[in-house]
Amino acid sequence: MSESIDRKTSRIELVSRRGFLGNAFGAGAFVLGAGILPVNALAKGAASLNTTADTKPIAAATWHPSIFIGVETDGTVRIIAHRSEMGTGIRTTLPMVVADEMEADWSSVKVQQGFGDKAYGSQDTDGSESITDFYDTMRTAGATARLMLVRAAAAKWGVPSGDCTAQSHFVVHQSGKKLGYGELAALAAQQPLPKPEEVVLKNPSQFRYIGKGVPIVDLNDIVTGRGVFGMDIAVPGMVYASIERPPVLGGTVRSLDDSAAQKTAGVGGVYTIPTFTAPHGFKPLGGVAVIADNTWAATKARKALKIEWDNGPHAIFDSEVNKKQMMETSRKPQKVARKVGNVDAEFAKGGGKVIESQYYTPLLAHVPMEPPVATAYYKNGKVEVWSSTQNPQEVQNSVAAFVGVKPEDVTCHVTLLGGGFGRKSKPDYASEAAYLSKQIGKPVKVVWSREDDIHFDYFHTTSAMYFKAKLDDAGKPEAWLQRSVFPTISTLGDPNAEYGRSELDMGFTDVPFHLTNHQVENGPAKAHVRIGWLRSVANVYHAFGVQSFVDELAHAAGRDPIDYTLEILGPDRTIDLESEHTEYENYGKPLKQFPLDTSRLRGVIEAVRTKSNYAQRKAALAKGRALGFAAHRSFLTYVAVITEVEVDPQGKLTIHRMDLAADCGQVIHPDRVLAQFEGAAVFGVSLALYGEITASDGRIKQSNFNTYKVARITDSPRVTHVYLVPNGGAATGVGEPGVPPVAPSITNAIFAATGKRIRELPVSKAKLA
Amino acid sequence: MPVTFELNGRSTTVDVSPETPLLWVLRDTLNLTGTKYGCGIAACGACTVHIDGEAARSCVYPISSVSAKRVTTIEGLSMDRSHPVQEAWIEAQAPQCGYCQSGQIMTAVAFLKKTPSPTPQQVDAAMSDNICRCGTAQRIRKAVLHASELMQAQGGAR
Repeated sequence: MSESIDRKTSRIELVSRRGFLGNAFGAGAFVLGAGILPVNALAKGAASLNTTADTKPIAAATWHPSIFIGVETDGTVRIIAHRSEMGTGIRTTLPMVVADEMEADWSSVKVQQGFGDKAYGSQDTDGSESITDFYDTMRTAGATARLMLVRAAAAKWGVPSGDCTAQSHFVVHQSGKKLGYGELAALAAQQPLPKPEEVVLKNPSQFRYIGKGVPIVDLNDIVTGRGVFGMDIAVPGMVYASIERPPVLGGTVRSLDDSAAQKTAGVGGVYTIPTFTAPHGFKPLGGVAVIADNTWAATKARKALKIEWDNGPHAIFDSEVNKKQMMETSRKPQKVARKVGNVDAEFAKGGGKVIESQYYTPLLAHVPMEPPVATAYYKNGKVEVWSSTQNPQEVQNSVAAFVGVKPEDVTCHVTLLGGGFGRKSKPDYASEAAYLSKQIGKPVKVVWSREDDIHFDYFHTTSAMYFKAKLDDAGKPEAWLQRSVFPTISTLGDPNAEYGRSELDMGFTDVPFHLTNHQVENGPAKAHVRIGWLRSVANVYHAFGVQSFVDELAHAAGRDPIDYTLEILGPDRTIDLESEHTEYENYGKPLKQFPLDTSRLRGVIEAVRTKSNYAQRKAALAKGRALGFAAHRSFLTYVAVITEVEVDPQGKLTIHRMDLAADCGQVIHPDRVLAQFEGAAVFGVSLALYGEITASDGRIKQSNFNTYKVARITDSPRVTHVYLVPNGGAATGVGEPGVPPVAPSITNAIFAATGKRIRELPVSKAKLA
Repeated sequence: MPVTFELNGRSTTVDVSPETPLLWVLRDTLNLTGTKYGCGIAACGACTVHIDGEAARSCVYPISSVSAKRVTTIEGLSMDRSHPVQEAWIEAQAPQCGYCQSGQIMTAVAFLKKTPSPTPQQVDAAMSDNICRCGTAQRIRKAVLHASELMQAQGGAR
């Protein structure tokens, strides 16, 4: 995002300290709010942004505050983190940006978690977009505060403000005299709000923290066990609930015998939660809740419940049967999502080398280390919720709808999240707690067991993909057809939905190769479980399909996979899907600003090839070892991966090394960006090697980490190298984009090592010996 | 039946149902929430504490068998984060979400007591009892090896 655009879309306003901020700041604090236009308004183009006077139609009405700074008279600068911390470091990074622009000394900054309030703008910590959407806003907020502090000091001294500068928590006059931010707080609060054009952002050479980073604000609490997660909430008078949910989606209680459960020590009652009416959305699944005076008693008594269920239509769900149907669907012509040239005519010409391949990926569960958990207190028509949530405003909306109050009557406190990965965007668990509290009249903490978490997830969808290409004598694809079939996330709102939309734009319609005849299709599939989004979403399966197929073509053409990929990527260009009339969401961002730029994909591919010494290592591999490659753009970021595996004679797989190169534009907090890619490598290993949820009779078969395995340190790459490719452009996503290319880089390496092509995940199902 | 044990250096008595796992006694009865629930079947290590100096999974350890034993939780390691393992964790900036890290640290402390100068392979083998879903494996490996150096420099295990 260029600064000129941002400056026109941001508005700073003084807000009442007694308004929705409640008591977040002490008396005398100088409080500042920054606003950002919704993304869809940005997409309308720069022309409409040239006039930003508050009287214009797109102005004030659609602008809303998004972050707040408080400067207290003792000099403490409080900065609100309005996005959720689930491990990315965002709770540190966004406030750090504010502090830098404000010339605040980080040691005098206190980060405070914002609770759910639409006044902040979007708090939906999802889609790898916290930095992309809020970096410029945070800078403008900080710079505005800095200017007001400078002006306050100049006014006090009776000198021109141009003779004063802000330096690390002080305003300094050229004569050498200085005043601290705390001393200036009350005066700054009386300063008129600067006009947007008066606010000057720092030159990057002046950055103290941006591009350098600071330790995460919760580091000391975490290593001493003091960090407060949703699981750690305790409020006075609280009781604990454990819920037996319908084992099949949409099931209802036919009969309930709770006599044994009621007699269990510590039990304070048994309550039924109604099964949702379609669509299920973020509503609770329903079931029977046991209330007790501690978690263990509730869990134990729940096992004594005798429930007969009416399972409903989804009891037919069998994941094996479903898989066969989806694979069959993928072999037939389907709805066209992108069409370039004429693949049918090219295939009909005959000749060339025709390669066909199918791929399959199973349902996956999120399994954040902290299962879903929420505490709620319903009292006099108002609800207070404490929860690990990625989206506190959705907690407000969902809880309000479920217990019959207004969203503004729901207060959502956001704790640290013990992982999220998309699961904690869906606040069904918060509604359960609020509903039970309303029944009981006490604060209720709903704790999901790991088994609950796995049985009742919003699963990452399963997919079947089909690819067909015709290669000319040089191995170049003359025609390329690709189909994807998957139960869609859209079933959240429409249980009968069978086709995807957003999913296709995650690594499928945007296949970047230079192809004369290219067709992308999407076939129908039914959902029998709740489908949600998991870290990097549809890119997981689409990158696996596309990058495996490219590797197959490279092999068929007798070429090195990296050379081959670079060749079919074609000349450097931006892919103009709009002029092709291909519908494409581009992660909610305008293509003009964030184009599909093949030169950046080439950049990361060449970077990882060079930095990992690919050619030399490939020429000198030890027995049983091989290198695999994959590259993928997602969430506006470009990533290429080279993985070295070893498959021993017994078929045991070891991942010795993984090299990732990423181009995510400007890097705000290098260490946390590296950490995200290191983590993505392990997350990718989990889903490549082990991730598989299956079902029969509509019931999920896996239940805990013994049957749903995730990567441990011994499965993780022995060494992970991350290279950030310098790029002056706007910062783009880092939480998710590392994940998609990891699995195909592993399976492509396995092929290179063994000649065995993995076309179905997880790898653990294949015999590698 | 009241159960008395030593918790972080203090004699503690609780009166709960005897099969209650130590994890839930720590968390719900004693409000020591640094020890986390992750699986309830001793598969993930988030609930790791020390019982008589050995790493133990508190989620499957009934309170009745803790009687007269010495229990150390993350809160008892050092609240000023001065333990070499905590120091190494901070230097490596190991945590992401942080939820599993209490258990990781407790496993590492017990391991380094027995194996003061481990090889990277030994570190992996020991730390494979603990799951980190954020994928901090590389930082954990580095932190444990660094903690070993710090402890050597300070004259042995704590």
